[in-house]
Amino acid sequence: MSASRNHAIIRTHALKKDYVLGAEIVHALRGVDLVIDANEYVAIMGPSGSGKSTLMNLIGCLDTPTEGEYWLDGEPVAGLPDDELARIRNREIGFVFQTFNLLPRATALHNVELPLIYGGIPRRERRERAQAMLERVALADRMHHRPAELSGGQRQRVAIARALVNRPSILLADEPTGNLDSQTGAEIMALFDLLHGEGQTILLVTHEHDIAEHAHRAVTLRDGLIASDQLRSVPALGS
Amino acid sequence: MNPRAGIALALAQIRAQKLKSFFAVLGVIIGVMFLIAVVSVVEGMNRYITEDFARQVYGLNTITVRRVPEINFAGPSEWREWQRRPRLRFEDADAIHEQLGLPALVAVESDADAVLEAEDGTEVKNVWLSGASADYFRIMEHEIARGRLFTPPEDRFGIPVVVLGHEAAEKLFGSRDPLGRRVRINGFPFRVIGVLEQEGSLFGFSLDRRAIAPAHSPVARMVNPHGIVDRIVVRVSDAQLIPLAKLRLEAIMRSRRGLRPNDGNNFVIETSDEGLSFWARISRILYIAFPGLVSIALVVGGIVIMNIMLVSVVERTREIGVRKAIGARRRDIILQVLVESATLSGLGAILGIAIGIGLAWLVRALSPLPAVIAPQWIAAAVLLGVGVGMIAGIYPAARAAALDPVVALRHE
Ligand SMILES: Nc1ncnc2c1ncn2[C@@H]1O[C@H](COP(=O)(O)OP(=O)(O)O)[C@@H](O)[C@H]1O
Ligand SMILES: [Mg+2]
Repeated sequence: MSASRNHAIIRTHALKKDYVLGAEIVHALRGVDLVIDANEYVAIMGPSGSGKSTLMNLIGCLDTPTEGEYWLDGEPVAGLPDDELARIRNREIGFVFQTFNLLPRATALHNVELPLIYGGIPRRERRERAQAMLERVALADRMHHRPAELSGGQRQRVAIARALVNRPSILLADEPTGNLDSQTGAEIMALFDLLHGEGQTILLVTHEHDIAEHAHRAVTLRDGLIASDQLRSVPALGS
Repeated sequence: MNPRAGIALALAQIRAQKLKSFFAVLGVIIGVMFLIAVVSVVEGMNRYITEDFARQVYGLNTITVRRVPEINFAGPSEWREWQRRPRLRFEDADAIHEQLGLPALVAVESDADAVLEAEDGTEVKNVWLSGASADYFRIMEHEIARGRLFTPPEDRFGIPVVVLGHEAAEKLFGSRDPLGRRVRINGFPFRVIGVLEQEGSLFGFSLDRRAIAPAHSPVARMVNPHGIVDRIVVRVSDAQLIPLAKLRLEAIMRSRRGLRPNDGNNFVIETSDEGLSFWARISRILYIAFPGLVSIALVVGGIVIMNIMLVSVVERTREIGVRKAIGARRRDIILQVLVESATLSGLGAILGIAIGIGLAWLVRALSPLPAVIAPQWIAAAVLLGVGVGMIAGIYPAARAAALDPVVALRHE
């Protein structure tokens, strides 16, 4: 464990992303250097339009940078072909979205199984792992419910189970409490704290300070650049 | 993702949108339905013709001499030529009998519709009346159920006796014994000497509603002008003699008609093969023309499915984004859409098969056409449906696979 603790999961160098909007070019990221070590819990903050989601998408291999370099777990990622990126998303990344993004017609169990299906995990193991994951997020009794039959908090817990079922290197959460009331949001954040306590590396996008306070490091973006990068004085792991 | 999971997913999708799915595959349903219905009837006809029809119409090992073909597709000019042909006569049959030089039975037969009336006034109309030689029964393998057949002397002297078909006897006499009773054929009195075994029907036409009397009896005037017969039937003792017998018959008839080497035959010589080849011609036409019609329905069906799948891909943009985000590769997305499209279309094909079979049954029940459901065509129809779905799914699948996950996730 201690060997991996200082190992960089995420390392970006001069990461840039431009969007072409008609004749105009939007520089969403202008050169981001960021290193995130194993078991870090990082909040990315910043005003709307500052490039948080863009950075998240690049780190999550959903998108490719216009310029710059990116190593995930020591492997260069920028410029990999589509299918290779899909494989990385499947094995190394767990996404949690503001709007949950569950498949509406599938049960909670099937939603959680989905990454394992694409990972080619055999049926039995798939089922067992998905069930175990749902138990960990306290949804053992909701496995066969569809998203419409679940509350917002329960849906987000299904999404978290789905994100974690493939044991990703990093959990990426974009405003995970944005669609939840504060009570439920607090429950989700407590779950994140627990996961971090168990060694999970977490990157969290939020514009709310009290959410960001759960993280031990806050990176603030402004106009596509890192404006500040602060370690918090919150107690680290385990103590 | 394995295809089985894909099919389950597709079925869930289809269940959720039953009506839309139904309309999506309507083209496939119609195409397959017609395919199965028509093929079943054609197959049924095929089996029927080769097994029953040829024997019942032409008889086994028999050769028929006629003025024009029994079954034909004649055009008007051909028809006019046929009308100018001389008709067959009793003397032609006598000449064949004398000159054939092969072990064979020879008979004449002429027929017409008749009205039969029993002594108590019971009338039966539309009876198939034949004037025939005594050997006609043996040639056509008509078996007697009760009484007896008429004899060559009874034919020669034109005795007014008659052998009735099963249905004709029943309609005229009910439960009473028909043997020895008088029956008026078109008003002329005959004595019933026998009743034939029941033979059933051919394309809805009863083979038992008939009466057969000696060719020289008073029926002669009812069926043809004096001295004329409709056909001469020859039965050889062995099928291997048929080609030789045909050649000799042709030679005998040509010399009797005084035809020169360059003249065509002004008569026809047919065996059950001619009936079969006629049918083979019809079924070939059906098998050639029909796939064209079916493919039009399937192409239209495919285009409809393609459009529905395109709409479905657009509606599920976000879902596709989610799947990509959690690791679906291009080929996973392509497979998902293809499996869904093939499942949809395959289900349509199954529905089409069910309706087609129903239609074939209906045809069999309501019309004299037979129908046989052929398993290989059912398999072909399912494959066809699945294939159409696959092809129709290619473009929507490619569109889905090409979606940018970031854009797809932000959709709506
Ligand atoms: N697909 C896109 N096309 C064009 N412009 C985009 C796209 N995505 C983001 N942008 C622009 O890039 C900038 C950063 O956006 P984003 O990363 O979503 O910011 P945040 O998540 O911090 O609100 C914004 O100006 C936004 O309008
Ligand atoms: Mg954002």
